[in-house]
Amino acid sequence: MAISSQSAKNLGSKVLIRPNSQTKGIVSWLTTVDHKRLGIMYLVASFLFLFTATIESSLIRTQLIRPNNTFLSPEIFNQMFTLHGVTMVFLAIMPMGTGFANFLVPLMIGARDLAFPRLNAFGFWIYIAGATLFYSSIFLGGAPNAGWFAYAPLTSLSANPGHGIDFYMIGLFLAGMGTLATAMNVIVTIISMRAPGMTLWRMPMFIWMVLITMFLILFAFPPFTIALVQVIMDRSFGSLFYVPEQGGMPILWQHLFWIFGHPEVYIIVLPAFGAISEVIPAFSRKPLSGYPIMVFSGMSIGFMGFAVWAHHMFTTGLGPYGEMAFAVTSFVIGVPTGAKIFNWVMTMWGGKIRLTTSMLFAIGFIVTFVMGGITGIMVAISSLDAQINSSYFLVAHFHYAMGGGALLGFMAGFYYWFPKFTGKMLSEKVGRFVFALIAVGFHTVFFPQHFLGLMGMPRRIQTYADGYGFNTLNLISTLGSYIALVGACLLAYDIIVTMRSKDRKAPNDPWDARSLEWSIPSPPPVHDFDTTPVVVGQDTFWLEKYPQFKNISKQEESEIAKLAKESDKHGIHMPGASWWPLITSVALFFGGYSIIFDNILLGIIMAGLLIFSVHAWAFEGVGGYYVTVDNDGGKK
Amino acid sequence: MSMTSHGYRSSNIKDPKLLMWIFLASDCMFFGSLIGTYLVYRGRSLVGPYPQDLFDIPLTTISTFVLLMSSFLMVMALYYLRKNKIQSFRLATFGVIIFGSIFLGFQVFEFSHFAHEGLTLQQNLFGSSFYVLTGTHGIHVAIGVLWLISLLITSYIRPMTSKDEVYLDVAALYWHFVDIVWIVIFTVVYLIEFI
Repeated sequence: MAISSQSAKNLGSKVLIRPNSQTKGIVSWLTTVDHKRLGIMYLVASFLFLFTATIESSLIRTQLIRPNNTFLSPEIFNQMFTLHGVTMVFLAIMPMGTGFANFLVPLMIGARDLAFPRLNAFGFWIYIAGATLFYSSIFLGGAPNAGWFAYAPLTSLSANPGHGIDFYMIGLFLAGMGTLATAMNVIVTIISMRAPGMTLWRMPMFIWMVLITMFLILFAFPPFTIALVQVIMDRSFGSLFYVPEQGGMPILWQHLFWIFGHPEVYIIVLPAFGAISEVIPAFSRKPLSGYPIMVFSGMSIGFMGFAVWAHHMFTTGLGPYGEMAFAVTSFVIGVPTGAKIFNWVMTMWGGKIRLTTSMLFAIGFIVTFVMGGITGIMVAISSLDAQINSSYFLVAHFHYAMGGGALLGFMAGFYYWFPKFTGKMLSEKVGRFVFALIAVGFHTVFFPQHFLGLMGMPRRIQTYADGYGFNTLNLISTLGSYIALVGACLLAYDIIVTMRSKDRKAPNDPWDARSLEWSIPSPPPVHDFDTTPVVVGQDTFWLEKYPQFKNISKQEESEIAKLAKESDKHGIHMPGASWWPLITSVALFFGGYSIIFDNILLGIIMAGLLIFSVHAWAFEGVGGYYVTVDNDGGKK
Repeated sequence: MSMTSHGYRSSNIKDPKLLMWIFLASDCMFFGSLIGTYLVYRGRSLVGPYPQDLFDIPLTTISTFVLLMSSFLMVMALYYLRKNKIQSFRLATFGVIIFGSIFLGFQVFEFSHFAHEGLTLQQNLFGSSFYVLTGTHGIHVAIGVLWLISLLITSYIRPMTSKDEVYLDVAALYWHFVDIVWIVIFTVVYLIEFI
């Protein structure tokens, strides 16, 4: 493999030299535009936040272990459940999906990077900027304390005079920009950069689910962003959007928030659906059952996801017709989800099942998610919802959907793709214990909460009195959270041991799997594919290994191979690294502080830096380098 | 499906152009939320001044016309660039910049006039929702103007040919979208008060 650099000669390179392929060490990570490195950075960051949020939830559970406990004061307790919710939703699980997508989308469609590598880097750094800004609130006067959905008018200046809410608003504004940028990037990549022969109907299911997720992000994040801007305007510039004394309607926040917030549930869970749809066929040695049904049910979940938001607001007085409409749409959205569940079960039916850790998590996902779905149909009944709204029943429901659903799904994907990410195999023996601890711990935490909720225990209370019959169930629930925490620690330990060991090398295709990413070395080389892949059907790598299952005419196959060969003539161009995505994010990061602390000077400086760095970004030139692969290179 | 200098592509649309279309789809939701907020709060202000007291339809019609004409010039600029007529392209782009700036000038005048009449961001719901909506649109126009200035300067620094068409094409898409949004705002914010 030979590498030749092509230097940039434009404006940007005069200001700050574009790092080239020889750059090593920390600078190469700060300036990287490689989708695999960014994917790994997303995953590392999201796992760190996942761990943080798990510790926060253990603190919350410790406070609730017995009645009249004083472990956390009410103020700290409010901050703690806000931190836990925001961290889990925005900083842990959603970026985890983005991390998987970043690493896997180009590999699975046979491309060599995303369409806009520097925009991808910007998406990551602005997410880190938003998360850092959000967490810096702890040291700068107290964390936000209005819950993850921050209902108005609890966020108004008169109700919440500290800076905590500002950190929530601006932190999520920044992180949301990154999410939107990455969503647009991934959509362009999937539409324009598929390998020859990779028609839409041959795409792996994970790619379909990511595509649908990215469209959901595209349309769901703007209303939330506007709602954030309105509160920022209220708090920093004195507008009246959510000031009831002046006619402002706090219900508008709820609408804007949930128009985003319900699709957000699917933004979190659809990539996990996609991961499961890769894991289950691989470990059942069968193609995915009902491929078109899976695609269309994903799409209808995406569409319907925008038509159910008001079921979060049944107790706000929508009137009987509004409640009925949203109850019906909420029932209907259960149908495509159910279709997916049946298809996963049908895939396993009659298959040659291997119970690897990944498969265990996948099966655990199906069971847990079905339970979350059933309680979901229960809370969609508006009359029942009036009784159990804001009780622990609801807490149990959405943790079964988000934690048990998305998180277990991602864990299955994590064990499945870890060899491809790192080139090392996680221990299957330890994996069994990790699965057992996390699954048992999870159900021990949340199953009793159904009963607590039905008995009338409200969510988000710092403590409860003795004698309501809450004591035993709360004790069990808290003990469960410790079991899950032990599972998380064991996983962290196994990852560290695996990464440090020298003899757990992963082969290219450890699972006898089906899609393109397994056809290249683990971890993949920087240019991903030595030659442009030729896609001959769904599960194209499987067909390459077992040609007897091919269902394609000789003529079509040779045409596709010809296209791939012609494409290889152009050489492999790798994009050059860049400082500007990082610097643009830094400018926005400090710009956020200038609004929080009313510092006009800092704001002007950062606006200047922003305009400058965007221009330097635009004009820094092509850069990059060419990789030439020897004829027999990479195949040895 | 086509081949480019980077090899095989699975669609015929250029990446920057597709990105801009997707961004605009998202931007629809941004403006949708702002316009929605404005309409929800319409007629709910507790104190004046109210829209009918302030809006000057003939004046805003002129600024609307100017913005529409800038879109026409934008089309001309793209046409000339495709034909490799760089001088005409520069002239047309300059025209877009001037017309966009005139529109912004009208907006600054309008804002200061309204503020003088007592409508501030902090005065009532109409003020809050009106300024944030039209202000966001104004920022979009300002970004467009800055963008076109950068492109115009670029055309003097390095030779620009019809190969660079996609850069102008993307800016043009953005510009037309911002223009269309203004038509909607002009209708549902201004004209609706006088039906």
